[in-house]
Amino acid sequence: MQSTMGDYQTARTLETFGFLPKLSQDEVYDQIAYLLAQGWTPAIEHDAPENSANHYWTMWKLPFFGQTDLGDVVAELEACHRAYPNHHVRLIGYDNYSQTQGVCFVVYEGRS
Amino acid sequence: MAKKYDAGVKEYRDMYWTPDYVPLDTDLLACFKCTGQPGVPREEVAAAVAAESSTGTWSTVWSELLTDMEFYKGRCYRIEDVPGDSESFYAFIAYPIDLFEEGSVVNVLTSLVGNVFGFKALKHLRLEDIRFPIAYIKTCGGPPAGIALERDRLAKYGRPMLGATIKPKLGLSAKNYGRAVYECLRGGLDMTKDDENVNSQPFMRWRDRFEFVGEAIQKAEQETGERKGHYLNVTAATPEEMYKRAEFAKEVGSPILMHDFITGGFTANTGLANWCRENGMLLHIHRAMHAVIDRHPKHGIHFRVLAKCLRLSGGDHLHTGTVVGKLEGDRQSTLGFVDQLRESFIPEDRSRGVFFDQDWGSMPGVFAVASGGIHVWHMPALVTIFGDDSMLQFGGGTQGHPWGNAAGAAANRVALEASVKARNEGREIEKEARDILSEAAKHSPELAIAMETWKEIKFEFETVDKLDVS
Repeated sequence: MQSTMGDYQTARTLETFGFLPKLSQDEVYDQIAYLLAQGWTPAIEHDAPENSANHYWTMWKLPFFGQTDLGDVVAELEACHRAYPNHHVRLIGYDNYSQTQGVCFVVYEGRS
Repeated sequence: MAKKYDAGVKEYRDMYWTPDYVPLDTDLLACFKCTGQPGVPREEVAAAVAAESSTGTWSTVWSELLTDMEFYKGRCYRIEDVPGDSESFYAFIAYPIDLFEEGSVVNVLTSLVGNVFGFKALKHLRLEDIRFPIAYIKTCGGPPAGIALERDRLAKYGRPMLGATIKPKLGLSAKNYGRAVYECLRGGLDMTKDDENVNSQPFMRWRDRFEFVGEAIQKAEQETGERKGHYLNVTAATPEEMYKRAEFAKEVGSPILMHDFITGGFTANTGLANWCRENGMLLHIHRAMHAVIDRHPKHGIHFRVLAKCLRLSGGDHLHTGTVVGKLEGDRQSTLGFVDQLRESFIPEDRSRGVFFDQDWGSMPGVFAVASGGIHVWHMPALVTIFGDDSMLQFGGGTQGHPWGNAAGAAANRVALEASVKARNEGREIEKEARDILSEAAKHSPELAIAMETWKEIKFEFETVDKLDVS
């Protein structure tokens, strides 16, 4: 970030949407709705901030196969955050056709 | 019944024009746009192309009778008008799969675009498309990693990747060059790129560049927490030198190499792709010299053919033009060959210049790279045109930022993420580009300044090579 006093600082970021202001609740809902509309499977992962560069984070339960209800996904995200308030929590949309993640972004940032 | 030998010159169409032929699933099919010399009938021109690109020569020879020419010959099975062009026509030719060595696009091209292009009975000849049979595709190595594996290795999901070619393209010392790389990566780019003509010149030898760039990547990764890379160009004068550089690129910790597939050649490219697969390295492919071959609407090879050949030869990224930037590229035509890079099945679609159904089977996909004269204002259009499986590269659009490379990188990253977010929200981002970028710029002074810097820059020229549409 640019400051009028100092030099240009390097930001520690968490990949996709890491350069946007923290998403509001409604904005997160929109992204969940997008993921579900694509027919992808929502999944939640969490881990301590110091482990964020690892490929594998801990899974919050199994991916929610067959889930189409936005409210249920929100409830799981909140439950994961309550259980691990110091962890990063990310939302994933598994695309089983391409075998990739069509969506992956951090919803709650943990305190490091 | 054995045939008798009848020496002399026959008309090509007697043997190579077979309008009743139904192509086999295993045939390799080609569509040529032919422009014959005045007075030569279409069937004779088309048959000559089929003959000269397969088994035929100008005279009958006795040794033909020792084999079964009916089995081996290429055949023209269809002729079509070119919409809006009375001079030229399309010739569709089927080649038996046994004419080609397995896994060798080199061999395919040597036949299809060999001597025939200099044939006197033709004024112009253009190879518009090839349908590779799935049986042939299965013999080719293809991309060393492919789109899905590259995303997994680099942990980049749900958006296009962001890059930049390091500028000035020539003349920096190795240490100063590494500085430019580090600044771009720490600011928010996923990867940076050697310019195509950066090989190993006196001002910056390859080994020195690789060492400094390696340190730049590591430092940027440690500081940002994100995975980074730089396409180290290993295109060299000899294959031996190319492999030596590839080994060292791996040693300094870069996840990705770069090669120029046309100037370097398909033999070098296929070999390097195999090396990358065995060594867990990604391969970025540049296309210097392509416009010499593909830009003339009546002569040469359309880029969709070169793109298909590259997917077979091997590469994880391929430059496709930008549609909106400084380099030539019609939108529908570009979308047509971008599909050929990324999808597993592409149906015939003349509105995109796709002449055949193409089944790629399990061949991994290639990221489409948009690079050349693009800046933040283009971002919503680029996300719409190229989708997530693309690499968007802003060279001047990153390093020309008034506050330097890192701020330029951040401006592009903010614009990219704002565009992706808005698209996912269901907004029409190309139409609402100004609103989306302006909203994002409220939280990003880097983006606000970038938008001010490049607000008037457009590249609006007519495309030279347009699709033939009625």
